[in-house]
Amino acid sequence: MSPLPLCLLLSSGLFCVGLAGALSRSNAILVLLGIELMLNAANLNFIAFWRFGLTPSADTGIIFVIFSIAVAAAEAAVGLALVIAIYRHQKNIRLQEAARLKG
Amino acid sequence: MSVVAPATDSFLERLPLIMRGWFTGLFPESLRWLAGSLLEIIAILAVFGLLFAFLTLAERKVLGRVQNRPGPNRTGPAGLLQPFADGIKMLTKEDIVPLVADRLLHFLAPVVLVAFSLLTFAVIPYGRHLVALDLDAAVLFFFAAGAGTELSVFMAGWASHNKYSLLAAMRALAQLISYELPLLLSVVPVVMLAGTLSATGIVAAQGGWTAGVIPHWFVLRPWGLAGFAIFVVAALAESNRSPFDLPEAESELIAGHLTEYSGFKYALFFMAEYFGMTALSGMGVTLFLGGWQAPCAFLRFIPSYAWFAVKLFALLLGCIWIRATFPRLRIDQLTRLAWKFLVPLALVNLGTAAFWHLTAGWDGALQIARWALALALVAGPFVLLGRRLSTGIAPRTYRYAAS
Amino acid sequence: MNAVLVIIAFTILASAAVAMSLRNLIHSALLLVANWLGVAAFYLWAGAEFVAFAQVLIYVGAVSMIVLFAMLLTRRARADAAVVPGSIDRAISALAVSGAVAGVLVFAVLQTHLPAVTPPAPAATVRQLGAQLMGPQAAALLVAGVILTVALLGAVILAAKERNSNQDDAP
Repeated sequence: MSPLPLCLLLSSGLFCVGLAGALSRSNAILVLLGIELMLNAANLNFIAFWRFGLTPSADTGIIFVIFSIAVAAAEAAVGLALVIAIYRHQKNIRLQEAARLKG
Repeated sequence: MSVVAPATDSFLERLPLIMRGWFTGLFPESLRWLAGSLLEIIAILAVFGLLFAFLTLAERKVLGRVQNRPGPNRTGPAGLLQPFADGIKMLTKEDIVPLVADRLLHFLAPVVLVAFSLLTFAVIPYGRHLVALDLDAAVLFFFAAGAGTELSVFMAGWASHNKYSLLAAMRALAQLISYELPLLLSVVPVVMLAGTLSATGIVAAQGGWTAGVIPHWFVLRPWGLAGFAIFVVAALAESNRSPFDLPEAESELIAGHLTEYSGFKYALFFMAEYFGMTALSGMGVTLFLGGWQAPCAFLRFIPSYAWFAVKLFALLLGCIWIRATFPRLRIDQLTRLAWKFLVPLALVNLGTAAFWHLTAGWDGALQIARWALALALVAGPFVLLGRRLSTGIAPRTYRYAAS
Repeated sequence: MNAVLVIIAFTILASAAVAMSLRNLIHSALLLVANWLGVAAFYLWAGAEFVAFAQVLIYVGAVSMIVLFAMLLTRRARADAAVVPGSIDRAISALAVSGAVAGVLVFAVLQTHLPAVTPPAPAATVRQLGAQLMGPQAAALLVAGVILTVALLGAVILAAKERNSNQDDAP
């Protein structure tokens, strides 16, 4: 099997592991980590197509991944600040209890 | 690493390549790359391992002399065998792991730390033909490997299952993260003016001499001087050296995140701190002090790796001297220094370097204006910000017992 | 060459799977760090060195720190660590959903006619990337800068302690 389908299968697998984690855990931080895994899977996809794709001279894949890493880091920071704010309010970070709109 | 040197280089310059060629020639053609890499790894481990050993001795001797005492002088002539005695002591001590500690993380923390610290040695150019990994993004590799060492501080504090270790590990992490920013910001002007992230490219950009005696090192530019000062302060903080050694001081939460470590694991932490200091000094030499370039044109007959060694030892001696001189900073003082003083100065330095780069075409009388403006841009914010941050701290009044 | 890819793939998938299923949060976070290192190894194998070093610097060096600090600041008491009712149902439905998504994605990958010829490795020097970022993609760079600034300010405001008027009754 040529490398490109293998890389795409790897990124699909990582995406689904992240999806399973984000859907099943009740701890808010682990949900955020699942989302980070999904973002990493998308980045893997971009680099796989950059390397093995049809237009080898385009650097667009790398540029996109650079921006994706930066935005993912910013989103992790904001998400974890939200988690700390929820913790301050309800003294645990179980997502099932953060179900009301008004505190 | 280039394996062919131009024939115009002196014999001493080409000696490492000749030795490498002889060693890899002993192996079959297909394994030559492996033999070359192994030789580089062993050379780095041997040289910097011995440097670490004698650096501990040099530190104790210099600290001793500054404090008007001789330092270790009993083991061997003038104490030269002291590092080996220390090594034997560390290796034969009992390895105590707390019962409730997380054994795997407790074991992994010093291993991860030493692994990442050793990785940083791979991209520093030690001589004209002596660089283990000539990467296109070498500076980024260096700081990425340095950032990995922060993880082990957390693992050490967490795995010890000791609330004081954890508290101290969080403080140490706050210090490491705070000083990461001035460290990286002080390197950005160098990259901007050298035009490349590659360490060999940055050293090559500092080549050449004005009138044969004044080198074109970046430290001799206004923005380079400020950048070098910020780099040195941030590097001292990143490697947990005095005056930023709050994480490991014996009077601070026992020994910080290293409380529950003894014997060889403690020696590994200790070794990683010295490796970090040496690697950051080596990178400082590469970025600001011209790497392996000689300071004057007629001194080029001395091989490049000798010049690198001289500059590296000068920086390390400076670090030891600073340790002997300054008192320790508290955690709030050092975070304030990082965020309120060094980061704005590093950003202003970036602007100064941009001004320098854009006015590269000025010459003649304008050259003097360029230097004057750049020096004003460096000195002005430093003085103003320093004055501004020191207000509200009353001048010290000394009361002596006899008065 | 494929052997290296298989090892990297195994590291990535195994560490992610175990990280998502452990009860101990800190071990989860550290396994996720191993996952990110595996992803960086993949980037190095594919020849994207700059992205690999940026991945280590940002994810392993910074995001892991934020995650670990957040875990330490939001720890629960031991008594609170009981299994939440309904978690088994949630786990089963999550596995079913992700299995379905995996099925769709794998089907799509295997059905698509991808070029079988491996092109030579593209050269992505840092200089070219810099020229791209400062030239055609400069707008995206500026927007990313704004996003990062807003995220920094937002995170500080969200996580800061609320100022109460009765805070200055300390001796």
